[in-house]
Amino acid sequence: MLSADRPHLSLLAAFGRQFRRHGQALMASLAEVANPLLFFFMVVTLFPLGLGPDPTQLAAMAPGVLWVVALLASLMVSARMFASDFEDGSLEQMALAAHPLAVLALGEVVAHWLATGFLLALVSPLFALMLGLPSQGLGVLVVSLLLGTLCLTLIGAVGSALTVSIRRGGLLLSLLIIPLNVPVLIFGTAAVTEAVRGGDPSTWLALMGALAAGMLALVPLAVGAALRISLDS
Amino acid sequence: MQRMWTFIHKLGSPPWFFAFSGTLVRWLLPVTVLLLALGACWGLLVAPPDFRQGNSYRIIYIHVPAAVVALAGYYVMAIAGAISLIWRIKMADVAMRAAAPVGAVLTGIALVTGAIWGKPTWGAWWVWDARITSMLILFFLYLGVVALFEAYENKAAAAKACAVLTLVGTVNIPIIYKSVDWWYSLHQPASLKFTGESAIDASMLYPLLVMIAAFYLLFAVSVLLYMRAELVWQHRNASWLRQRLGTS
Repeated sequence: MLSADRPHLSLLAAFGRQFRRHGQALMASLAEVANPLLFFFMVVTLFPLGLGPDPTQLAAMAPGVLWVVALLASLMVSARMFASDFEDGSLEQMALAAHPLAVLALGEVVAHWLATGFLLALVSPLFALMLGLPSQGLGVLVVSLLLGTLCLTLIGAVGSALTVSIRRGGLLLSLLIIPLNVPVLIFGTAAVTEAVRGGDPSTWLALMGALAAGMLALVPLAVGAALRISLDS
Repeated sequence: MQRMWTFIHKLGSPPWFFAFSGTLVRWLLPVTVLLLALGACWGLLVAPPDFRQGNSYRIIYIHVPAAVVALAGYYVMAIAGAISLIWRIKMADVAMRAAAPVGAVLTGIALVTGAIWGKPTWGAWWVWDARITSMLILFFLYLGVVALFEAYENKAAAAKACAVLTLVGTVNIPIIYKSVDWWYSLHQPASLKFTGESAIDASMLYPLLVMIAAFYLLFAVSVLLYMRAELVWQHRNASWLRQRLGTS
């Protein structure tokens, strides 16, 4: 456990431990990892059922559908990001540690992203093919989801940190972070649509990369501040 | 300089602020009512009808001021939030929390009046136009702040949490606006245009400016009144308040 009695631990090592600890906790239960993917799969299934099986119509809607469902899946898993740490008191230990809470929280967020968004991006071509997304869009879909889910996870971390102390914070969390997720959704669908049309999606991917880089730098500060507030309340 | 700092420090004191805001409201409220009445009469009765839209354009005298002030309101809220986080001034907390519902209502007014204007003009209550969509997202952002504040039992923590949320939102607002703009131009807009935005005649513009000023004042007065109500509630047992209100 990280605490002030191990001051010789470097910042990077502290980050790494936090990352490993959270990652191991996630990997320990298969359900935590599998559920978001299953959710993604099932919601994608709902669209043909609701819209009809016409392949051209489905293919036209596929970029938007896949992105919206990815956003919902990320929303669903964000709610529990800091919950177990808050409940078992490890969050207080993190706050007491000699290292900045922002860095420790970032370790958890990155582990969380690898277990959810990263995997989701990797399996997304499977669902894209089921919806009939033209094959030239598949690569861009994966790249845009890799960058995009990182942004979504970071925004979700702020929401989760703000609502972790509130009972039934799940619905509130969606209200807080859906408006903030709008740019990610727009850039992501635009990139995939552009690739399907045969255009150059690099502008949109670059924008999303810039967004992800900026958020990686700034969001941990907000997460750290929000976690301290939640601990105080 | 010294005097300015003294003034700023005094703003942090609830009894002083209560007295100061009382005087301010006493002056601002009549001016607001006067400007609202003047702008409404001028805009609705005196200004000439639009040659294409007839009289239905007159809703802009409510719609545009509400939209302008709703946007500015978010920044007021964010600045108050930053002040409360950085300098821990309690009155900034109260100002931030007061600005949220007022801003949300103004955004709601802008959306509803926009829909009412859109029906005769565009033939549809709702159009997914870039500006309308941005306003809708702003509405959600306001509601998020209100809901977050209500969800916390500990109101001191609630104010801090809302401050963090508004700051995150403020950084995001330009990105959201720009992305919605791009989203709209990407999907090849139908040829709908806001008429009269580039060349609005002076006879229509002046009442609009009066209404915008009136709505700014209305926002200020509403926030001040909300803050005073909040102060009365927070200090309901304090002796200074009882003295001021003349109750024992």
